[in-house]
Amino acid sequence: MSVHQLEAAFARAAEEGRKALMPFLMSGHPANAAFESNLEAAGAIADVIEVGVPFSDPLADGPVIQAAAAQALAGGTTLAKTLDVLQRRRPGPPVVLMLSFNQVLAGGVERFVARAANAGVSGAIIPDLPFEEQGDLRELFASRDIALIPMLAPTTNEARMRAILERAQGFVYLISVAGVTGARDAYPAGTIDYIRKAQSLSPVPVCVGFGISKPAHIEKLYEHAEGFIVGSALVRGLERGESVARILKPLRAACDAALATGTQS
Amino acid sequence: MTTTIKTRGRFGVYGGQYVPETLIANLHELEQAFEAASADEEFQSELRAILKDFVGRSTPLYPAERIGADWGGRVILKREDLTHTGAHKINNAVGQVLLARRLGKTRIVAETGAGQHGVATAAACARAGLECVVYMGALDCERQRPNVERMNLLGAEVIPCEAGSRNLKIAINEAIRDWISNPGDTHYLIGSVVGPHPYPTIVREFQSVIGREAREQYLEREGELPDAVIACVGGGSNAMGMFAGFLEDDVELHGVEAGGNGEIHAAPLNSGSPGVLHGAMQYLLQDGEGQILNTHSIAAGLDYPGVGPEHSALRDSGRAQYHVVGDDEALDAFRALSRREGIIPAVESSHALAFAKRLLGERPGLNVIVNLSGRGDKDLPSLMERGLL
Repeated sequence: MSVHQLEAAFARAAEEGRKALMPFLMSGHPANAAFESNLEAAGAIADVIEVGVPFSDPLADGPVIQAAAAQALAGGTTLAKTLDVLQRRRPGPPVVLMLSFNQVLAGGVERFVARAANAGVSGAIIPDLPFEEQGDLRELFASRDIALIPMLAPTTNEARMRAILERAQGFVYLISVAGVTGARDAYPAGTIDYIRKAQSLSPVPVCVGFGISKPAHIEKLYEHAEGFIVGSALVRGLERGESVARILKPLRAACDAALATGTQS
Repeated sequence: MTTTIKTRGRFGVYGGQYVPETLIANLHELEQAFEAASADEEFQSELRAILKDFVGRSTPLYPAERIGADWGGRVILKREDLTHTGAHKINNAVGQVLLARRLGKTRIVAETGAGQHGVATAAACARAGLECVVYMGALDCERQRPNVERMNLLGAEVIPCEAGSRNLKIAINEAIRDWISNPGDTHYLIGSVVGPHPYPTIVREFQSVIGREAREQYLEREGELPDAVIACVGGGSNAMGMFAGFLEDDVELHGVEAGGNGEIHAAPLNSGSPGVLHGAMQYLLQDGEGQILNTHSIAAGLDYPGVGPEHSALRDSGRAQYHVVGDDEALDAFRALSRREGIIPAVESSHALAFAKRLLGERPGLNVIVNLSGRGDKDLPSLMERGLL
């Protein structure tokens, strides 16, 4: 897997006239064996899979993902175990890891990149490593064909957006609203303008995350993005004992809506 | 001061802005406001007036002669315990509230450990008419009950944080998450020299009044400088405020971390390694996977696995030395100062006192300034309940 696989996954979705669906699973949640089977189930539905490596103090996460991380850590989940699962299971779609910068630093950034590459990881989302702090790390990741996924927020001004997008690889992660991860009933006014602006400037596919929990959210933002990231809604459903397939099915259908309704993307 | 805002908040390799993208705009806005305020004579004179008339500065520099005789040297106390609300935290709180007003913010969030920063922030917000929300670990709400009551009386909303270790680290997590969710109207009034740039610089500057005063007062009284200054270090704001006055002098700087009960502690500069927490590169207590370890200290205000980036740099350069004092040794000093000087110190500050005793035991006759960063009234119910006094 590589940046190219990531790009290919979006290209395929676009060719087929649909949006990419990127479900988020927390490694080791709700338990180690269940995570492995959920990974496989997600692999059959998703275009890209985001896998969270649990951290003790995640700043950008809301209560659902925080609780999942705490549960996974209590169950002994580590980066090493996560990479081992990914290497063994090779879930099909490209995998993007989500973790905190301190987890990347702990064993050395170069070693992290090498281990992730060996496990077939295509990209890394590091929410507490903003553009200015990335320095030469983008190149280091790129040297092993891993995309360091850039993030944009509603508070990002246009000049900064341009600078970030100029160097973007893989896809760009649009934080839909100022806040932490988790389901929301509605998006504030201005959300669509911001997403549209990013889409118009971005050389790579635009994926929207944070608060995408229902088909209605995807429908509302459908034209303005190339992909949708579903995190807390999936994790919460798994907590309730629902299956990955059942939770993702309506969201998959919303992403495929163009096939059914002929909506232009 | 050697390291400034011009280097984008780096102290050597430490510091930085390791925060989610959502907060970057706020940090840039804050940095600009702070630079403008630093150069604005009107802002500075308003701050001076508040420090004088509301906070009660300058605070005395008091020779504790009986305890000095007991311990074998001269112990001079910088009496931050005599400030309004009873700890040095108010120096920073009133400064940042002025900055928040300059930024047009209407709501303040803060974290608190011992509750002193929460009380100071609540008081500063009450005075300025700003909404105030304070996050506090549930464990700390229990062991610093009087401060929770004071914050409520001052009109602040105190939100107990139940996650994980239920202490200061968790309170900072929650305060940052609140700020991420409300970046437009809210200012995060961080209470120590931690967090992303520009906070370590802002808090250091607002606390440096401690060191400036202490230096002037000591020189005036003694005609020379002390041999050493001593302060406790959790995040490290009272220590950084004191050290700031003596960085360029031939004066030893001693920071004192919490040794807890020996097994579990809160001493990252002595037992930790560099990493990133709460937006900054700093010394941390962490495991091999980069997970943050649990801490313990009898002092809620020191019970934190990280430490300010500037302290991290001062440790590496050797300009300051950092030591460890455990719960029991701190409590001995707490009792000693109460009995011998008629001053009840905060259990946090008692760590610095205990180290002064140790230092004078090793090198009798030294002249040392101890930053008595807060008063101990807040600690009495919890210590008495546990039979520790």
